[in-house]
Amino acid sequence: MVEGHPAVRFRDVVFRWPGAGRPCIDIPAFELARGDQVFLQGPSGSGKSTLLSLVGGVVLPERGGITVLGVPMERLGAQARDRHRAAHIGFIFQLFNLIPYLSGLDNIVLPCRFSQQRARRAQPSPREEALRLAGCLDLDSHTLRRPAAELSVGQQQRVAAARALIGRPELIIADEPTSALDAGRQRVFLDLLLEQCAEAGSSLLFVSHDERLASRFPSALRLDEINRAGCFA
Amino acid sequence: MRAPLWHLAWRSLANRSLTVALTVLAVAISVAMLLGVERLRQDAREGFARTVSGTDLIVGARSGPVQLLLYSIFHLGDATNNVSWRSLQSIAAHPQVAWLVPLSLGDTHRGFRVVGTSRAFFEHYRHGRGRTLAFEQGRAFDGVFEAVVGAEVAARHGYVPGQRIVVSHGAGGLGSAEHDDRPFTITGVLARSGTPVDRSVLVSLEAIEAIHLNWSGGVRMPGLDLPAERIERFDLTPKAVTAALVGLKSRTAVFSVQRHVNDFRDEPLLAILPGATLQQLWSMLAIAERALLAVSALVVVAGLAALVAVMVAGLNERRRELAILRALGAGPGRIFVLLALESQFIAVLGCATGLALVHTGILVGAPWLEARFGLELQAGWPGSSEWRMLAFVLLAAAVASLVPGWRAWRQSLAEGMTIRI
Repeated sequence: MVEGHPAVRFRDVVFRWPGAGRPCIDIPAFELARGDQVFLQGPSGSGKSTLLSLVGGVVLPERGGITVLGVPMERLGAQARDRHRAAHIGFIFQLFNLIPYLSGLDNIVLPCRFSQQRARRAQPSPREEALRLAGCLDLDSHTLRRPAAELSVGQQQRVAAARALIGRPELIIADEPTSALDAGRQRVFLDLLLEQCAEAGSSLLFVSHDERLASRFPSALRLDEINRAGCFA
Repeated sequence: MRAPLWHLAWRSLANRSLTVALTVLAVAISVAMLLGVERLRQDAREGFARTVSGTDLIVGARSGPVQLLLYSIFHLGDATNNVSWRSLQSIAAHPQVAWLVPLSLGDTHRGFRVVGTSRAFFEHYRHGRGRTLAFEQGRAFDGVFEAVVGAEVAARHGYVPGQRIVVSHGAGGLGSAEHDDRPFTITGVLARSGTPVDRSVLVSLEAIEAIHLNWSGGVRMPGLDLPAERIERFDLTPKAVTAALVGLKSRTAVFSVQRHVNDFRDEPLLAILPGATLQQLWSMLAIAERALLAVSALVVVAGLAALVAVMVAGLNERRRELAILRALGAGPGRIFVLLALESQFIAVLGCATGLALVHTGILVGAPWLEARFGLELQAGWPGSSEWRMLAFVLLAAAVASLVPGWRAWRQSLAEGMTIRI
């Protein structure tokens, strides 16, 4: 992995879910620069989740090339892609981000259990790094000890953000992380996320249908402008 | 990187403790049944095999060998015919015969068999690895109306030497005739031997003869009361007995003496080798044993099927969880292992609980089983065949665990980290 490569680069990518007639993704070109924070706006059905699965290396495109942090996905086997994802990408989803039977703290350190690289970079130890991140995200230690299922939605999303950020992954992917929050909490959450990504030096790909959030990001894109296909059933 | 999966599997199970506990219980009960049946089978065999040793031949009226063994030694069933005293005397006189202990059965005392025999019984009857009968209290019978009671008989009714008991004619029970005109005095109580002797009342052959002196056709003859002191004047030599235990001077002569008895001219007799006949009995019971084991094995299959059903049904609720794990970098293989690990964990816990259940059951139930059926169960470390069965169950569980794992693997491949709400 060479510094200076873009965080994500798509070249003539076409993807079709098995059994689907038409392609769902057809992106001639897309790039996310290192350290950039990009807002990607798209209504439901525009292929957001599929795009994220492609970036994460969970699925491979039918044609074209996807490079994530300088590594061409199609050259990696399924296991190597899983390892790559665990080591370099933090995910935050819309809702129910957490493993319900683990405590908030156990959820945050989970990526370090799946990737030694992430564990090594969580200094001084995954646990202490988790507590530091949680502090930055306004989570007290009492909240962290409770099972994830008992936390409020706002707390859950902040635990999810801390989990994505632990071990300073180069890329954070957020899939509508604020849509379950009210306007006030959305603002606070976004502030914290942008701040922590900047501090960790992570690139952020933030996907949402809500264009009002776009103004908070240095750059914004519309998915239907870069994707010539659509994922309507 | 196995550690996170152990941790996850454990926490995931702990989170669903009720469902998991019930599934563990289902597996445990099935395992307990399998092991319990096996233990019962083994201990029953061992108990039977221990019952008679040191006896080279058992002689009785001609019937089936197994039947003769069952009624003479185990007090199961009844003899169809007797052996005349004269024939027995002739057999006892055979140059190869070292000793002969006659047995006369037919009467009971409060449900326990009354065995008429000679004092030689206490000397020659052996059980286990050649152990003789030991007296807990008192001594062997001497006079005609003296009796020795087995440990179980004494324990059940609190008998001690000096007490007087009455013998019933036949199997006893309601309306059966009592030999109440001739009570017996207990002279001794035997120590527990784990054999049918524990549940017997032992009297002399003369006593059996004496209590039936004024009887005919199973009832007492009216108006013919014989005072006990007059009885001594009668000739109390029995005319016939039920069977006899025979010991030889040399074991090598066993087949020639057996042939001698089987070819006896005066009446149709049968001599059996206890060990060989026991083998014959086992081969007869093998089908029943195998059927019982097969049923238990099926119960284990049902337990494991319940385990798989619970795990597979849970997968639907855990779609999101598995998708999150995928996003965090867990490959489908990891998801497979996680689910298989959880299933295997339940199975192992079920086996351990089942084992504990069997042994608690043995500890609690053993006194009752021994009192009721004379079946002596050994509490203790599981034997090799039980370990084999446990290993087999765990192996089957490992195979069954692949099913939830495989389903989760397919699910995570098909859905990736797409989260459906």
